[in-house]
Amino acid sequence: MSNNVLAFAESRGGDLRRAALEAVTAARAIADVRGGAVHAILFGAPGIGAHAPRLGAHGADSVIVVEHAAFAQNNPEAVAATIAAHMGRGYGALICPASATGKDIAPRVAAKLQVPVASDAVAMTANAASITVTHPGYTGKILQTLTLTATPAVVSVRPGSFLPKENAKAGAVEVLAPVGDPAASRVKVTETATGNTAKLDLGEAPVIISGGRGLKEAANFTLVEELAAAFGNAAVGATRAVTDDGWRPHADQIGQTGRLVSPDLYIACGISGAIQHLAGMRTSKTIVAINKDKEAPIFKIADYGIVGDVLEILPVLTAAVKQAKASG
Amino acid sequence: MKIAVCIKRVPDMDVRFKIAPSGTAVDESGLKFDISDFDGYAVEAALQIREKLNAGEVVVISLGPDVVQETLRKAMSMGADRAVQLKAETIPADSYAIATALAAELQGGGYDLILFGRMSIDTAHGATGAMTAELLGLPVVNAISKLEFDGGTAKMRRELEGAYELVECALPAVVTIDEGIARPRYPSLKGIMAAKKKPLEIRPAQLAEPRLVLDAMALPPERSAGRIIGEGSAVVPELVRLLKEEAKVL
Ligand SMILES: Cc1cc2nc3c(=O)[nH]c(=O)nc-3n(C[C@H](O)[C@H](O)[C@H](O)COP(=O)(O)OP(=O)(O)OC[C@H]3O[C@@H](n4cnc5c(N)ncnc54)[C@H](O)[C@@H]3O)c2cc1C
Ligand SMILES: Cc1cc2nc3c(=O)[nH]c(=O)nc-3n(C[C@H](O)[C@H](O)[C@H](O)COP(=O)(O)OP(=O)(O)OC[C@H]3O[C@@H](n4cnc5c(N)ncnc54)[C@H](O)[C@@H]3O)c2cc1C
Repeated sequence: MSNNVLAFAESRGGDLRRAALEAVTAARAIADVRGGAVHAILFGAPGIGAHAPRLGAHGADSVIVVEHAAFAQNNPEAVAATIAAHMGRGYGALICPASATGKDIAPRVAAKLQVPVASDAVAMTANAASITVTHPGYTGKILQTLTLTATPAVVSVRPGSFLPKENAKAGAVEVLAPVGDPAASRVKVTETATGNTAKLDLGEAPVIISGGRGLKEAANFTLVEELAAAFGNAAVGATRAVTDDGWRPHADQIGQTGRLVSPDLYIACGISGAIQHLAGMRTSKTIVAINKDKEAPIFKIADYGIVGDVLEILPVLTAAVKQAKASG
Repeated sequence: MKIAVCIKRVPDMDVRFKIAPSGTAVDESGLKFDISDFDGYAVEAALQIREKLNAGEVVVISLGPDVVQETLRKAMSMGADRAVQLKAETIPADSYAIATALAAELQGGGYDLILFGRMSIDTAHGATGAMTAELLGLPVVNAISKLEFDGGTAKMRRELEGAYELVECALPAVVTIDEGIARPRYPSLKGIMAAKKKPLEIRPAQLAEPRLVLDAMALPPERSAGRIIGEGSAVVPELVRLLKEEAKVL
């Protein structure tokens, strides 16, 4: 078995995703225990290889660059086929981000290699023979410890759990040709659209400002967006009550049947704190809640709760955050 | 259109779980079980396709011990035509092993469309659908929130973090279903009666050797109790101070 670890360096629209750096960081930890090297594999339209140095800076000894015009859009079949074939060179493990894209790729590759996959790891340890992960299940209410005895081990790591660490390595570029013709994939992505007006998205943002039915109407989400803009590093989330009513796109929904997030700071605005919502955000590092009902369940898990009218408080908070940011 | 939907029996999540003495299972006493959330959406999506085309068949498949028959009957009471139980007394934690058994059943079944949930709500790996597709040599589109047909081509929408993709794929195909597609219907009394007479076949599951092993289950650490710092916009300066000095997130 090889001690080398391959990391899937996710990109979208020609940009490296933060999740790519997290996958490399997680891969580095395993390779260091085993005395192996980290290779990052990066797909994209011609030019994507320009991001190789950033992967090197975060611990990739080499960067396998696979460029093709048909990689301008996500192309899961060709990506999975190319990774699976490349794994034949001998790797002990493959690490993918547990993002929508990474969770699409990991099981495809695992099945091609006839091994299981452990998804959404929030912690990981390795020895020479196996990898053990902590995997939150049962809507985050139970932590499962799972050991992968198959080789190679395929793992996806939850965004925000393995923070990107600078660790300068060579990042030597190796160009690889895709397997088959990526333009002939049976699954075709015809368009990728950004539903969220905020620049950062839920998978990446260290701060999430989330709104619920307490905002009263869709138009009032501008107050949430303005607070997100004041932070500068924030994304906007929502409850199912809000996505059901079409105030926000479904992609913004946080919870049991939406996205699972654990940002540094989560601000819940006019959200009751239903158990299905908490399932998606309870692992956030700091939680702030604004709700007019002091009995709302969200206050049971909020580090800082403010009782009051969210429509009145948000503009004041936005101004105060702007001021705090300006004064450094 | 012949549609298969793979459904999993899971406990109701709206409880405080206890770990069984074995340390590798939840204590099932007092738990209620039902179709996994996303699998319910998948059953509903399949029924709507059959209703729209006014033709076709919806077959539900579940792997597990005899208790999964209850889950299969529930899907048939919603409207599925027939069911298959892949019988296994102990189910591995290994999604590849599960996928192998499902693929063996689906192979040669003549399905135009095979639906899965985006992930099971309990073990939550979200792997089984894609793996089954690979084993069958079929294309797969994961986590879709919209599904339409244009001749023999499925047109879908797939949610990403803060974005979405529009995806096309020719049938036959495997598709895993996210929320947003359709809320599952409640079985009618007539549906419940009819389901009792619908065919439910039982076959042994052909499981592969598990290589993903569950070592332990634990409850996550409790969050420290919440704290209300005050009322109204007057406390905003105090909040900002706490975010800066205590939480260090500003
Ligand atoms: C199977 C299933 C899956 C689900 N999955 C999810 C999921 O993934 N994500 C999710 O979010 N939900 C999910 N839900 C729904 C969940 O149960 C709740 O219905 C939902 O989270 C409630 O959203 P909310 O907090 O916006 O609305 P509400 O519960 O209506 O709460 C609104 C809150 O706003 C407060 N409020 C009102 N006016 C003001 C004001 N002026 N200022 C301040 N506060 C105010 C109220 O006091 C109240 O607490 C799911 C439900 C089921 C059954
Ligand atoms: C009754 C029962 C009890 C179990 N008890 C335990 C236990 O105590 N400990 C433990 O570790 N594991 C247990 N398992 C096994 C485990 O929960 C899963 O079956 C296995 O881990 C695969 O789940 P996954 O998270 O990879 O599924 P995912 O890949 O997240 O599931 C995705 C989709 O695959 C389909 N699917 C998944 N499983 C099945 C199935 N069995 N039948 C039909 N379709 C399916 C569904 O459409 C589902 O939405 C049990 C399973 C069952 C059915």
